[in-house]
Amino acid sequence: MRRFLPLALFAIVLVLSGAAPAGAVTVEKVVSPGGIEAWLVEDHSNPIIDMEVAFRGGASVEPARLPGLAYMASGLLDEGAGPYDSQTFQGKLEDMAIELSFEAGKDNFRGHLKTITDHRDTAFDLFRLALTKPRFDAEPVARIRSQILAVLAREQQSPDAVAALAWFKAAFPGHPYGVPTRGTPQTVKAITTADLKTYVARHLARDNLVVGVTGDITPAQLGPLLDSTFGKLPAKAEAVTVPDVTPKAPGRIDVITRDNPQSTAMFGQAGLKRDDPDWYAGYVMNYILGGGGFSSWLTEEVREKRGLAYSVYSYLEPLRHAGLIIGGVATRNAEMGQSLALIRDQWKRMRDQGPTPQELADAKTYLVGSFPLNLDSTTSIAELLVTIQVEHLGIDYLDRRAGLINAVSMADVRRVANRLLDPAALEFVVVGKPQGVTPAP
Amino acid sequence: MTNRVVKLGGILGLAGILATPLPAAAQMFNPTTYTLSNGMQVVVVENHRAPIVTQMVWYKVGSADEVPGKSGLAHLLEHMMFKGTSAVPAGEFSKIIARAGGRDNAFTAQDYTAYYEEVAADQLELAMKLDADRMHDLSFNQHDFDTERSVVLEERRMRTDNNPGALLYERMEAALFLNSPYHRPVIGWMREIERLTRDDALAFYHRWYAPNNAILVVAGDVQPKQVEALAEKYYGPIPRADTPVRDRLKEPEQVAPRRVTLRDPRVEQPALSRLYLAPSYHYGDQDLGAADSAYAIEVLAEILGGDPTSRLYKELVVKEGLASSAGASYDPTAWDYGTFSVSATPRQGVNLDKLQAALDKVLNQALSQGISPEEVAKAKERLKASVAYAKDSVETGAHVLGEALCTGQTTADVEDWPKRIAAVTPEQVNAAAKKVLDRRWSVTGRLLPETPRPGAKPLPPIESSREIR
Repeated sequence: MRRFLPLALFAIVLVLSGAAPAGAVTVEKVVSPGGIEAWLVEDHSNPIIDMEVAFRGGASVEPARLPGLAYMASGLLDEGAGPYDSQTFQGKLEDMAIELSFEAGKDNFRGHLKTITDHRDTAFDLFRLALTKPRFDAEPVARIRSQILAVLAREQQSPDAVAALAWFKAAFPGHPYGVPTRGTPQTVKAITTADLKTYVARHLARDNLVVGVTGDITPAQLGPLLDSTFGKLPAKAEAVTVPDVTPKAPGRIDVITRDNPQSTAMFGQAGLKRDDPDWYAGYVMNYILGGGGFSSWLTEEVREKRGLAYSVYSYLEPLRHAGLIIGGVATRNAEMGQSLALIRDQWKRMRDQGPTPQELADAKTYLVGSFPLNLDSTTSIAELLVTIQVEHLGIDYLDRRAGLINAVSMADVRRVANRLLDPAALEFVVVGKPQGVTPAP
Repeated sequence: MTNRVVKLGGILGLAGILATPLPAAAQMFNPTTYTLSNGMQVVVVENHRAPIVTQMVWYKVGSADEVPGKSGLAHLLEHMMFKGTSAVPAGEFSKIIARAGGRDNAFTAQDYTAYYEEVAADQLELAMKLDADRMHDLSFNQHDFDTERSVVLEERRMRTDNNPGALLYERMEAALFLNSPYHRPVIGWMREIERLTRDDALAFYHRWYAPNNAILVVAGDVQPKQVEALAEKYYGPIPRADTPVRDRLKEPEQVAPRRVTLRDPRVEQPALSRLYLAPSYHYGDQDLGAADSAYAIEVLAEILGGDPTSRLYKELVVKEGLASSAGASYDPTAWDYGTFSVSATPRQGVNLDKLQAALDKVLNQALSQGISPEEVAKAKERLKASVAYAKDSVETGAHVLGEALCTGQTTADVEDWPKRIAAVTPEQVNAAAKKVLDRRWSVTGRLLPETPRPGAKPLPPIESSREIR
């Protein structure tokens, strides 16, 4: 075997310890000898290493005829790879207490690896095998297929899931976002081993890869591991154009009858993508409207004043090709009409009146002050590193974030509320036997 | 356990952590403990990764301490604890914490009720001031009580009545516990929650809430000395009270296996599960085995159904192809009984009788042929390895220690867990299996669509609802 001198390892260290929100967290950009980049937060207080990865694409780039393909592939990468069949591979993970898993979402295909330092090299090697040499043997393919069919059947028992599937289907006709990420029983049964191999070969590549690492590892140790783990991936993922799309939300109310004592609703309309200049204004506005738990208007009006729900909320969902503001509520059938009317009222109130200066100030205080609470485990920090990269927020994001939120003015909030919130066009899917709710096509 | 707010993302995280039997390793959490003069126990776990801190106040009272006819009272009181004191108006608690950049919540289980705040380290004093205040000065009006009871009824509909799997699990527990107060669901029976009164809640509060019946757990970027001083300042002045001694009804000898079948038109995915009565870390008897056999049962659960190479998964899912998933779990953290559970989800077209026969075959084999020393050694290693992660998050140590102290354990018990697992012998595992896997002390639950159809599809493996977060 040819020996060569290792190339210099580039470790660009950006010290972000600075003041406020990130606290003591220091993000380092590590570029391997082979040119693979990862962001790293070193933490040697426990002998644990966590790596999170994302491949841009996810379910949105799977063939239109095969919804659920990316999800099924994600379930099979750790079910046998390279020389190891499924039971051997899983046995190695268990024996060394290595966590290794994959999950496909609408926009990204994500991977998770967590290991104690002693098993670091084995863990990264198993991750490499899973990504580059998955076996897709007949037994695990049949088994994972049966598990997904069970998941789909169980989703049909869950009013939340039923409402969400129907909402996305109606909002995104003809677009990958309208298709169930986990597929349908028909498509899941139709997926072949060849389809799975093709998805992995085309969509897990170096150019759509993002890596975040946290824990007991130095840049010098991580660099070579990046090359050995990801170096064998194809250089480029297949280009698939997913069009930008605006959700169709003309103000319909769709009722799906289920013999439940309580009706469950999902509601929403067009929101903001993550790179929208109004993102931070929208984020602050939504906190006051429905994002802030007991500090939010929806909770105050629906739960605290009237006892109509245990949970009512809204949030911004920034997909890569569409922005959404969506929410949920569950209320006994007899009063569901009242809950939906109250939600529309708050939508209107935010658009027409906006919050008080105190509410705006409180929202900003919370959103800035609570951020470090997210840094409470190696996994949560590594996930944050991936999100920052996937959304192109910049390596100095942790230092800039507080300023971006504090800069949101009342005029910004009023503008974004006026731009987004249209109570008449709010789109509802209700699952249950609601009273006082008239379906509107 | 049921709590005031569903934490959407957080639920599974913590449930996952607690589903693995993970109390600490020696030097794992390394807590500092002391007791205030009024009897309140204080536990500090240092973790200096980020400048954040979690304060938890655990009360040693839960749904199993309610009196018959008042089910759901412990949980409803948990909700009312946010409804005001003479210093803090109703609904303000969470807003004050939020304005300080913090989050707060609470949860109720069979043996405890806990309240917590996650805040920046320099806001610990605020959190203490607020929780100390409501420990002794709760007051709320009739209107807020009525409204909150409606909220809890909605919570019950959402968690249980809208969910056939949860409904079956509730009825299985009711069938498993013939006499123990674990018989009733933490959230309460609908018809009893509806009849709870403001006076019931206040009486329960005055009866059980006192510093000598509470445990303060503080975890994060703090120094034990600093926590001690703050705890003395805020909790120290609260007078102790005569709280009741827990003396709960116990199970009679169980002689008949029970089967609970829920047929529900909403079911799309059938499921099979079984609960066995078992000892806990704190309670054991001649029928179930001594409390210290809990460690052997943990090893047994790992071997039978802890992961994808366990016996149940390997046989039912991989080899026989009858189930899409299968597993076993054991919850030993209880003042009274623990529960050992097995479950399987049938693949499409597999009927539950056939699946149950295959499941019983695996269990019977474990009994007749025994568990090998190699399996025991491997399972012990796996359990020990899982401990490595326990120290990673700020919340885990606080939660594990608080729960242990509310269910009759000591911090030393928690810290010794790895040693006790390491000491388990194959003989102990086999003896424990014979005690625990006794059908007479069990309930088998079957979830089915209302109209039995040939080739019906597979429900979620029943998860322990000891803690519904």
